[in-house]
Amino acid sequence: MQTLPPMDYAAEADRIAESLRAITRRLHRRGLVVAMSGGIDSSVSAALAVRALGADRVYGLLLPERDSTLGDGSLGALLARHLGIRYEHQNISPALAALGCYDSQQQVLRRSFPGYGEGWKFKLAISSAMGGRVSVTRVVAEDPSGQRHEARLAAEDYQQLVAATNFKQRVRKTLEYYHADRLNYAVVGTPNRLEYDQGFFVKLGDGAADVKPIAHLYKTQVYEMARFLGLPDAITSTTPTTDTFSLAQGQDEFYFGLPYPQMDLVLWHVNEGRDATALAAALGCDVAAAEAHMAAVHAKRRTTANLHSPPLLVTEVPGIPVPL
Amino acid sequence: MSSRKEKVRGFITSMFMADASMTLAESDSLLQRQIVDSTGFLELVSFLESEFGISVDYDEMLPENLDTLASIDAFLERKLGQKGSG
Repeated sequence: MQTLPPMDYAAEADRIAESLRAITRRLHRRGLVVAMSGGIDSSVSAALAVRALGADRVYGLLLPERDSTLGDGSLGALLARHLGIRYEHQNISPALAALGCYDSQQQVLRRSFPGYGEGWKFKLAISSAMGGRVSVTRVVAEDPSGQRHEARLAAEDYQQLVAATNFKQRVRKTLEYYHADRLNYAVVGTPNRLEYDQGFFVKLGDGAADVKPIAHLYKTQVYEMARFLGLPDAITSTTPTTDTFSLAQGQDEFYFGLPYPQMDLVLWHVNEGRDATALAAALGCDVAAAEAHMAAVHAKRRTTANLHSPPLLVTEVPGIPVPL
Repeated sequence: MSSRKEKVRGFITSMFMADASMTLAESDSLLQRQIVDSTGFLELVSFLESEFGISVDYDEMLPENLDTLASIDAFLERKLGQKGSG
């Protein structure tokens, strides 16, 4: 399988750092807040924030909850110590429980699996249907004995499960802005290019931020950047997960349908105007499969366009320019 | 035209076609015209299951069963026939 063209990571890190400095000034903020899951994207974003402003002007937040697959925040703490930044740990499970996040999830899961309860875990997985042109979401549950059960979700159940789960990203963002307001800092959003382009974020959850420093970097480039920045092995060796469901789940099985190195190549070929024959050669698959992957990129862009949209106005409001 | 087909047309036009000037012909592809996305297909399947008392298996979620009004109606015909004879 081919890889993306090489990049000068030193020059790119400096370019991003310069941009982060300029944006922070333009926003009239004194520093940057970064929520750090211990995953590769937030780790690289935090390291770039430190490169831009120095460790004393970056504030880290570790915000795990009871289903966090990356643990209790210890990876984030490891990174914070590595970067030498101030940080705070807050488990958000009590807030999520008070909002009804877990109860709402459980309500749906019991409709699919009547015995669902204490000791069970679950995740969502996608399968392609309609000749590969539509994604169907299945829920996979594991009972306390380790036995797996699967069910296709009805539309309203799927939507309730997603809505309940989205509390996690939105509660985290509430806390990020609390600290940003308290410190007069700006909030760093940490999507990579796959997530940003394909709409793999929660509107007003992890999609909300003042600046998104790695939204133009493909996932393989984020890993390369992490190695260039000298981040700890425990972080650069993690496999991407959604860090959202109680049963460990790869991002590919939930959203992209392909592992990230392949998904990077698909998106790169689309962005560079290459055809399906070139993509098929790069992936080592047949042309029809490459065409389907490229069509899926365009379909996701269409269906998630609203996630990128700011609040829409019926008419322009004079004197209020958008964007800043 | 059967009232069954009209029920399906009514569901699709009211749920997925915000522009009242759009029309839906029997042979229009819901995928090619980008009328229904992934979530929309789940909603369509849920509607068919609850409205007509059938159960749609994952293996049946194919363009030949669900991509046009005509194919949905033929699919319902087969499913309801199976139900009647089973």
